[in-house]
Parts: sequence; C-alpha cells; structure tokens
Amino acid sequence: MSQYPLREHAANTLRAHSNRPLHEISAEAVGAGEVSGADLRIHADTLRQQADIARASGFPQLAANLLRAAELSDVPNDELLRIYDMLRPERASYAELTRLADYLEATYGACENAAFIREAADVYRERNLLRR
Amino acid sequence: MARSKRFDRLARRNINKETFVEPWPEAGLIVADSPYDPAPSLTMRECRVQEMDGRLCEDFDALDRFIVAHALDLAVAPEAMALPAQEYARMLADINVPRATIARLVAGCTPAKLCEIMRHMTVLEMMTGLAKMRIRRRPANQAHVTNWREHPALLAADAAEAALRGFAEVETTVRVARSAPLCALAILVGTQTGRAGVLTQCSVEESLGLRLAMKGLTSYAETLSVYGTEMTFTDGDDTPWSKAFLASAYASRGVKIRFTSGTGSEALMGRAEQKSMLYLEARCLLLVKGAGSQGVQNGSISCIALPEALPGGVRAVLAENLLAAMLGLEVAAGNDALASHSSIRKTAKLMLQFIPGADFIFSGYSAVPKRDNLFGGGNFDAEDFDDYNVLQRDMQIDGGLRPVREDEALAARKKAARAIQAVYAELGLPAISDTEVEAATVAHSSDDMPARDILPDLAAADDFLDGETDFVAVIRALQARDFAGIADNILEMGRQRIAGDYLQPSAIFDADFRVRSAINDANDYTGPGSGYRVAGQRWSDMQAIPQAQSPAGFVEPHLGGTISRLVELGAAAKGSQKEVVLALGPAFGRAMGFTIGGLAHEAVLQALLTGIASEGGLARIVRVYHSSDCAAIGYVGARLSGSGIGIGLQSRGTAVIHQRDLAPLNNLELFPQSPSLSLATYEQIGRNAARYALGRPAQPVAVKIDNGARLRLIVKTALLHRRETDEVRPDTPPQELRYDWEPSL
Repeated sequence: MSQYPLREHAANTLRAHSNRPLHEISAEAVGAGEVSGADLRIHADTLRQQADIARASGFPQLAANLLRAAELSDVPNDELLRIYDMLRPERASYAELTRLADYLEATYGACENAAFIREAADVYRERNLLRR
Repeated sequence: MARSKRFDRLARRNINKETFVEPWPEAGLIVADSPYDPAPSLTMRECRVQEMDGRLCEDFDALDRFIVAHALDLAVAPEAMALPAQEYARMLADINVPRATIARLVAGCTPAKLCEIMRHMTVLEMMTGLAKMRIRRRPANQAHVTNWREHPALLAADAAEAALRGFAEVETTVRVARSAPLCALAILVGTQTGRAGVLTQCSVEESLGLRLAMKGLTSYAETLSVYGTEMTFTDGDDTPWSKAFLASAYASRGVKIRFTSGTGSEALMGRAEQKSMLYLEARCLLLVKGAGSQGVQNGSISCIALPEALPGGVRAVLAENLLAAMLGLEVAAGNDALASHSSIRKTAKLMLQFIPGADFIFSGYSAVPKRDNLFGGGNFDAEDFDDYNVLQRDMQIDGGLRPVREDEALAARKKAARAIQAVYAELGLPAISDTEVEAATVAHSSDDMPARDILPDLAAADDFLDGETDFVAVIRALQARDFAGIADNILEMGRQRIAGDYLQPSAIFDADFRVRSAINDANDYTGPGSGYRVAGQRWSDMQAIPQAQSPAGFVEPHLGGTISRLVELGAAAKGSQKEVVLALGPAFGRAMGFTIGGLAHEAVLQALLTGIASEGGLARIVRVYHSSDCAAIGYVGARLSGSGIGIGLQSRGTAVIHQRDLAPLNNLELFPQSPSLSLATYEQIGRNAARYALGRPAQPVAVKIDNGARLRLIVKTALLHRRETDEVRPDTPPQELRYDWEPSL
C-alpha cells in the first residue's frame, strides 16, 4: 500500500476531526492552549482512507467496520454510549431500533449503521432479544 | 496397601495440586470433537445460505445469522467447503504454501469445517502453521501492570519499566472501578516515559472503557468479549451487533480494538450446549471477524485452567490461536491467567506460542508480581523476567522482551514516578509525596509502598472522569513541569490517533513511532531463510543479559601465586625406589597459582606431600609439559615412579592416582570434582598413593558428591583448562623438580 502509513506518506493531507491540519498540532500550540481534544480526534475521511487500505489488503470486514466508524465520527460521545446500550439484549423494542436507524441515517448520513441496526432489529425479533 | 515413599513424594509435587477431570461432552467439558459437534456443511441457493453445519437457516440462532451475514466469504465458500480438511492441514504444515493461499480459502469455511482441519494436525504441525499464518512478521508481547494499592506512582513506575523491557502494549485494570481514569492516566504517563509508542488500555466495563478512550487516556481496548452460544452471549449482556457497534464506536475515536474469546468460557457459564470448546471458539472467531475486529485475544484467557484440566487441552488452545491467525486476525495468544502450579507445565505450554511466535505471545505477561496482578493472572510474572530473557537467548527466539540493567530500570521508574507526581500537582489531584516517588522507584510490589488514602483519589477520579480534563491537559501539565520528552510522546500518540494507521491489523509502534502492522510488516514466512529472523542489533540486545560475564574474568583470580621454592632440575628419569611421583600440570605453581576451589597450589602441594610422608612414603615431583590432560599427567608420573604409582595434578585441582600397568585412561582413584576437594582430601590422596606404593591396602578416599558443581563451574573449568593448555610444550620432556620443604609430622 503506497499510502500506508498515512502518518508517514500523507502527513500533509491529514486533518483532525476539527478540520485542523495535522502539522498545526505542535507542542508549542498545545503549550499555548490552542489545542483541544477535538484536534486530536480522527477525521471521518481518514477512517474511509484506512477502510480502503484494509479492503485492498484483504481485510474486508475490518474495512466495513471502519466505514461504520467514519459514519459515527460526528456522533457525540454520549449518543454513542446510548446507541450501544440500545443494541444490548432486551433494551429496545423493534420500533425503537428502527427509529434509531432512521435517525442515524437522517442526522448523520449513517447508511451503513442504519442498515446494520435494522438487521439487528430483525434478528432480535426472531430470537427474542427485544425488550419484553 | 503400603504407602510407596515415591508415590508419596510424587503426590506432593506441584503438578498434583492441579485438577484433572475426565471429559463430559454433555456439560461441554471436552476440548474438541464432542460427539454433539456438527459435521461441516454449507448449502447455498442463489448466493444465499440455506443451511450451515447441519442447521437450516430457519433454525439459525443470532450467532449463525451474524456469521452468515458478515463473516463468511460466500464467493469462495463453495470451493472452500469442497476442499478436504486434510488438504488444509497439509497446506498449513507445508512451508511451500504461502499464507495468502490458505487465507483466501479459509474465508469460506464454516466453524465445523475449521474444527475438522484442526483434527488432522499435531501440535508440531500447528506450530509451523502459526509461524506462517501469524499476520505480523515480527512477534511482540503485552504486559499487565496493576497493583492492589492502585498506587499511581507505582503504576507509572511499573509501566515505565514494562515499556523499557520491550512490551509493545500495556494493559491495566482496577480493583475499584471508580479508580479507572487515574489508573489509565498513570499507565499512559509511565509507558511514554519508558519507551515512546507503547499502546495502553484499561480493562473495565465496556461503556466506561469507551469513555476513557474518548478522553485520550487509552489507545486500545480488548475487553470486547464474545461467546460461542447465543445464551452465553446474552448472559454477557451483549449481542454480536452490540459488540460490533462498540467496535465501530471505538474506531470512530481512533482507538484500536481487539475482541476477547477463548475456550472454556461457555462451559464455565453453564451454556455450552454439549458442544466442544474448540467448536464454540471457532464460532466466536467468525463473530470476531464478522464484527470487523482487527484481532482477538484468545488462548482460553481467564478460563485456561478448564481446558488444562481436560485431555488435549493445551493442544486445543494452540488450535484456537492458529484458527484466529488463519482467519486473518491479530492474535494475543493467552498465557496470561494462572494456568498451572507446575513450572515445568507452564513453561512447556508457553513453548507452543513462544517458539512459532504470535502477534502478542502473552495477552498479558504480568510485569508486576503475581500478588499485585488484579487480573487474577500472572502465569509468568515480574519474578520470571530473567528466566524469560534467558529463554530468548537460549533459543534465539524473539519473545518481545529485552534484558535491562538495574540502573536503566531505576532511572525510568524514578522519572515516571516524578512525572505522574507533576501531573497530579498541575491538575490539582491529591498530592503524591517525594517519599512515595522514592518508594515507587525501588519498589518490587505494593508491599514496598507507603499506605495512601484512597478516598481522595477516588473522589478526584470521579471529577476527572466527569470533567473536561483530557489528555491535552496532561500534555500541558508535563510541559509546564519540564517533562517535555514525555509530553511530546503523548502528543504523538494523539497525532497517531488522527492518522489511524494503528487501526490496521496487528499494529504496534516501534520506539520511533513507526507503525508495524500486517499491512507494512506482513508475515512472509515460507520456510528457512524467509520471514522474521532474529539477527543484527536485536540478537545482540537479546544476548546482552546483565548476568553474562567476560570470559577473562573467570581465569584472572586463579593466576599468580608462583611457587618460588619449586625449582626445575632437568629432564626427569625413571626412579627405582618405592616412591610416589607427584606429576604436576604445565601451569601448576607457575602461570597459575590457585585451584578452581580457590586453594593455593602451594598448600595443595604441601598437603599431598604431608599425606605421602605420614604413611612413610617417599615423594618425587615432576612437571609434565607435553600434556594438560589429567590422566596423561598421572600416567607419566606412574611410569617415572620406581613403585609404579603416580599422582597426576592439574592446575584447576583435578587429581588422579595412577598405576603404570593400567591403560592410560584407567586409574586407581580419580577425583574429578575438584571444587569439592579440600586440603584434607588432598592429604588423604597422598596417604593412599603412599599405601599403594608400599603395597598396603587402601580404602578409597571418600569425596563429597556435588551434582551441581559441573552446572555451576563448567565455564570456569573449561577456561582454566584452556589456560593450562596454553602452557603445553609438546617437545619438552617431563622435568624433575625440587621443592625445598619438609612436612612436619
């Protein structure tokens, strides 16, 4: 993979989740109080690039996971924890899960995650894993 | 029945503290090949799975559904399922078949098919398979760092030492869940002090773990546990979908994840559904792969004692490691939890992963003493570091560790303890005193630390977790207190998080923050001359254990001490009296002055002469120049002796009583255990030689048997002998010596 590692071969194009270029995130900038946690978070585009690398190297499931991750990049921390909890056994009804899928798709364009959650809802219904 | 003393002794051996049990498939107490395990099968129609491993799709449980939807490569499955299992087994053991060829086909194998492949393989063949199928070329190792006091300075110091010793990942966990944020912080600061680029994690409940990662306190997570039956999975309060979502959530924040599975967990939770441990593990591994995890820690992990109680358990654990590697997963191969009371057994078991190499040979080598290990682990612990380094050196095998000097370790520990002290001070956390820093620097365990009030720490941990403070504040704190190097390392961990290169399979960092993963350091082993080889600097580092001594140092204490009264008179002639000829080695009392046991040569000489005189014998002394061999020296003495009796004496102290009619390598009495010989023994040797010379009966000299002497002293023995051999002059005949001294009787 010619681009991998991105830190070495594509450092000039890398940006943080905050859109801040990597090269601006220096020790001096941290010392001056100009760097926040969001400046040290991965950008969705980078996750997609890593997904491409994984797929091209023969790891398609990892690639799919990284694509789902890219879609979750803008989802706030608390919301991620809440969604995770809803997917645990017997936490949500079928309707709640499909509403969650619709919400993720509409709000974040998270099509892959939405499909994944709809699939889960179907299986949960068959296997008695919905809230009783 | 009489009690056999031998059986009684055996019963008290450590191996007999283990529990051994006969298989019981109905309870899942069988490591592989349960009679209830299904035969492999896969029926497809129009690219949709109708049946898998004997179960129709309408009967699929949630796990089957997930495997079919996400794990199996249905394009290759018909070809993969048609190939006989034995063919796979042969390809795995065949160095000429590259990993990619096998991996392509394995992607289409069902769980039962994977188990059928293992059925054909011996442990040796599996080890060959693991060496080839491991996805990263270079093996590595992971440490556990915890302590029961949850003392931040000790955590930081132990993490620093673990990093210095070469661990690529460090995992901590907590006794009290609330202390997690500060424990994770201590491990982060400590590792980045010891060696840049070590990945860290804190094993806690899933959502807390995610929060720690979001704060930048951890860089990976591996506690995403999966199970091989639906009931166990939901008992674990998860489904494959929730676990896969969690994996994506971690990745969305740039955090590496690894799932956890391992034989025995389903049986332990009472829901094995009569299936073998290996079959259930094969299902787990397909779930792990389907969820898009880059890797797995398996090898039974905390359940290890359960497969080890059963026949074939250790083999099955290797099989599960191999299956994970075949599926393209990074493998942290177990060897963490306490698996045996017997050091023979635990070490033998380790060899199955140590010799072929794994991405992480341990999914947690206890870098602290067992009693400080909060994972309930520590099959190998901090007290085994030197043993482990010697194993690497013995076999020229990279086990992921390196020997360190005491001064390096102390310096890293002190710096880490001071750094965490500084971070606590800057962030307003409960103060860490200089006394605590000093104690952590030299500590072996929690027992060496002063008591610390945990309540303020817990309160501060709660505030820390709920507040805005994250690892950026930690970097600033380190900068403010002149720990710029550690601050830079933590900042680079953050930059690496932006790049995400370490989300790829089996990624670790070297000390220069270069990522090594299955993408850019892919295992290319295809037999001798290929793949990862221990060589160059790495091999030099592995050899340089601090205990290794310079060869010259063994010889120096035995030099000097020339016997000035021992004078050479000229070539020795055969005598005609009833004498004992004392034949000395070429260096005796000349180039060398002390035996291997530290006795002065002159004292030894006098003891022998005293012994001979005390029996009324006559003594002559000769020096043999043409040989340094003890038998040859003694034989020369015997042939020059009027009585036919000679004593041969090497400089290192080895002695022989010889008789001229015997074959050169035979003898009357031989004293090979020179380190055990005392002056009294030498005197007794002199007495016996005199009695033989005078034709009197002699009771053989009693010598102490010390079976450890050779083990302790063989290097010295060889080097002292070599020094004496340096004095050999092949053309010089034996010389008559005069020793101007009379024994006082």
